[in-house]
Amino acid sequence: MPEHPFSLDDKTILVTGASSGIGRAIAIECSKLGAKLIITGRDKKRLSDTFGTLQGNGHDEVTADLSSAAEITALIKSIPILDGFVCNAGVNKLLPIQFITEKDVGETLQINSVAPILITKDLVKRKKLKNPSSIVFISSIAGVFSASPANSIYSASKGALNGFMKNAALDLAKKGIRCNSVNPGFIKTDLSDIKELNEDQLQKHLTKYPLKRFGMPEDVAYAVIYLLSDASSWVTGAPFRIDGGYTIQ
Amino acid sequence: MDIQNFIDMFSSLFEVTPKNELRAGTEYKSLEEWDSMMALETIAMIDEEYNVGLDGDDIRGADTISDIFEIVKTRMNA
Repeated sequence: MPEHPFSLDDKTILVTGASSGIGRAIAIECSKLGAKLIITGRDKKRLSDTFGTLQGNGHDEVTADLSSAAEITALIKSIPILDGFVCNAGVNKLLPIQFITEKDVGETLQINSVAPILITKDLVKRKKLKNPSSIVFISSIAGVFSASPANSIYSASKGALNGFMKNAALDLAKKGIRCNSVNPGFIKTDLSDIKELNEDQLQKHLTKYPLKRFGMPEDVAYAVIYLLSDASSWVTGAPFRIDGGYTIQ
Repeated sequence: MDIQNFIDMFSSLFEVTPKNELRAGTEYKSLEEWDSMMALETIAMIDEEYNVGLDGDDIRGADTISDIFEIVKTRMNA
């Protein structure tokens, strides 16, 4: 047991989608608190950039495309036993209902819902999660607590993710594996730099946030750290809203 | 692609605005029905029909229907 309940000393943690944005911030902040990271991403160069900024030693990086079940299995086979898994990789596309295509639905659900389910399954089946350990799913307020224009596919994928999280928390409790989610509002990252929106629309959206700013990737990372640490050892099946007060109104 | 065809496609996004109010020179953003959701619908329609990906800034910079048409035409020929 680490000296401080919020410490991640000597914990081995897998973070997917770590090549940019929220995933990168999670990996960096976890390394500052003593964790040994295994980071994955699709973009080898940007993943290496993240890897280079991690503090401490003993980290590992694996380039992986999580849209392929075979690559997921290869990834899980190659990694050591984990204390924590941060399921972060995600995609977003704004699309009004009448323009949704099967391809858009398939791609979004594959990355945001199917891959998290299959990774969790492989980790459990191959006994890669310690007793005790912690899984944190990076979800969204969208589809779980709120809705926003043209965001229905993304909302569906995150709603599915939270449904899985809750049930996995129940199924995996006896193995000592806790499952929770962090549900952020609008975070300033590459992913949220949504090309369909212009600056005027973003400024209008900002007025809906009582704390008068959009979130930073670190705001999400600090919540993830709590859920990975021993400080949250009696917390499972819980969605953790990090949204500057957006959903209280 | 001609502008009348584009205006027809564009007008199909509207529910209550009469079709005859939509002409090449119409400043569509001043129409009562226009909102940010319609901007997203316009981007998605142009992607589906013309295989051209506009962004939010393109819509911001286009005042009339003809302005959008010209952007689409230029990108299609690029």
